[in-house]
Amino acid sequence: MTTLSASQSRPVRLTRARVLLVVGLPICLGLLVLAMMSSIAFGAADIAPADVWAALVNFDASSTNHLIIRTLRVPRAVIAALVGAALGVAGALMQGITRNPMADTGILGINTGAALGVVGAIFLLKISSLTLYALFAFAGAALTASAVYTLGSLGRGGPTPLKITIAGAALTALLSSLTTGVLILNQRTLEEVRVWLAGSVAGRDLNLLLQVTPYLGIGLLVALALGRQITTLSLGDDVAQGLGQRTGWVKGLAALCVVLLAGSSVAVAGPIGFVGLVIPHAVRFFVGVDYRWILPYAVLAGATFLVASDVAARLVLRPTEMPVGVMTALIGGPFFVYLVRWKVKR
Amino acid sequence: MQTPWITVRTRRFSMRIDRRVPPVLLLTLLTTLAVMVINMGVGEYPIGPLDVMKTVLRLPTDNSDYDFIVNTLRLPRMLVAALVGLALGISGAIMQGLTRNPLASPDILGISAGAGFAAVTLIVVVRSVPAGVIPVAAFSGALITALLIYLLAWRGGDSPIRLILIGIGLGAITNAMTTLMITFGNIHDVQRALIWLTGSVYGRSWREFWALLPWIVLFVPLAFLGARDLNTLNLGEEVARGLGSRVPIQRGLLLITAVALAGATVAAAGTIGFVGLMAPHIARRLVGPDHSGLLPTAGVTGGVIVVAADLVGRTIFAPIELPAGLVTAAIGAPFFIYLLYRQQSR
Repeated sequence: MTTLSASQSRPVRLTRARVLLVVGLPICLGLLVLAMMSSIAFGAADIAPADVWAALVNFDASSTNHLIIRTLRVPRAVIAALVGAALGVAGALMQGITRNPMADTGILGINTGAALGVVGAIFLLKISSLTLYALFAFAGAALTASAVYTLGSLGRGGPTPLKITIAGAALTALLSSLTTGVLILNQRTLEEVRVWLAGSVAGRDLNLLLQVTPYLGIGLLVALALGRQITTLSLGDDVAQGLGQRTGWVKGLAALCVVLLAGSSVAVAGPIGFVGLVIPHAVRFFVGVDYRWILPYAVLAGATFLVASDVAARLVLRPTEMPVGVMTALIGGPFFVYLVRWKVKR
Repeated sequence: MQTPWITVRTRRFSMRIDRRVPPVLLLTLLTTLAVMVINMGVGEYPIGPLDVMKTVLRLPTDNSDYDFIVNTLRLPRMLVAALVGLALGISGAIMQGLTRNPLASPDILGISAGAGFAAVTLIVVVRSVPAGVIPVAAFSGALITALLIYLLAWRGGDSPIRLILIGIGLGAITNAMTTLMITFGNIHDVQRALIWLTGSVYGRSWREFWALLPWIVLFVPLAFLGARDLNTLNLGEEVARGLGSRVPIQRGLLLITAVALAGATVAAAGTIGFVGLMAPHIARRLVGPDHSGLLPTAGVTGGVIVVAADLVGRTIFAPIELPAGLVTAAIGAPFFIYLLYRQQSR
């Protein structure tokens, strides 16, 4: 009898929650479109909304305004959205598999590793091919991610959030000083990469985005497909193993996704921190603990957040603009501090 | 049986230090001097060790150029390096004692980042800054950061873990703002600021030495006076209070001392990472955990590390000079990993 009533009442509640979740997705998508539209509409040049619309639907190659919209602003908005989505999902995956509320590609040094990969490639190998940038960013991200995880799980007790975070901070210190060292030795490299190093989506090459799109796409798709497994894993390794999950495989796949997503976003936009930290928490607040929902929402929320941050970064210091990586750090840093105060009880 | 302590007693004052302290201190001091002499001898214009010593002591030598090269160019650089190491070692030892966490040090806690931000802002925004002002700015930056860390980590009591994590978070925010300065600055100012940020004693003259000296003279004795309080505080807050310590005042004074020393070193030589972490650990191995012996030993050990790092940086890729901060980071990161490992396998 009890089982029957349970099975009768459960679908009702689930359905209501699920309706809300399903309705939420198009709403978030709408917000993203809104953010991208404002990203396209606002900028250094004042362009009337009607003109903006005309540039999108009825392109006139002889108009400067149309050219600005088509060649500068649209790519910028698209890049910001994709990078934001990648970082949001990467953060959610990391927080899910390590059960570390403070996991973020920036805090754990993965962005710094990818950046060192690129700077090292430019300086040591004199590489200027876009495809290879991305490969070196992947290599840097992968090496750093595995190093941080290995170091954080040394000794007894396994990988605790604290140990992983501290290992990440130490590696960040080492890697960023190596990057600085390379830049000091070579002023030309510095000139080339200093804006990129701050993390920015301004004036990025759309070709570079096209180069990394396959990796980005694979990373996002695999991540979305892993939702159910990540939910189980987020209950703890023991529980997941007890439920028959091959945790090693899931973790490995998720880690691969993180590397692909973080590496391609760094290759395109430079190291942008804190998106991966803030987004999963915000999403979990609304969506709950089921990663089948968290991950798609993280895609949309991450994209919206980065596009909106980019618009804000353009507006706060007019006429100059702030690198969006600085903007996200200024928003996300206080959030991290709040999180530490809230979560760390000891 | 021989006691492990040396006791000094006068009418108003008594202290005891570990028996190992005097010989260890003497040995490390001699090592520092030896490395300094070697370091002053090598370079584009090699000078024999004997001649270096003669020149420093103003004894007549056969070459009149020696005086300029040694006393004007190389000696101040060495002295700055040694003092910076001294201050960092002591500052790190105090912070490890206060937070009761072996991983604490001014750079990991983000205090150096605060000092760096203040100084870079000054260099990039004001441009022609008198040398005496930079230490004050760096100290203010470090102090504000330290106070913020402390206040934010306070939640009905302080916790070493929260202190460290909040330090990491604030470090990320200040680093983002430093990046902002670097992106906007004039490329030459930026190059200067970057060299200085990595931590280097390159080109330091008597001016920097005299700007650094007052901070050392004032705060190093203050640190030594606080050694005994540090011993009690290290037993935990309840025990310290039970033993009659005025915990908040003592802790505040020690914190200001540690911050002042760290800030002054950042002003003189930028952020030379991991010295504040390594020196106290090495010193603890040499003389044990009692702070009245530990603080001076950590200081002198820090001096050896920085002077030796500078020597390595100058010679390893000669004629290109690597900043000393890069060398210390390269040794410091593995050391840090070892610490993480050891802490957990206990």
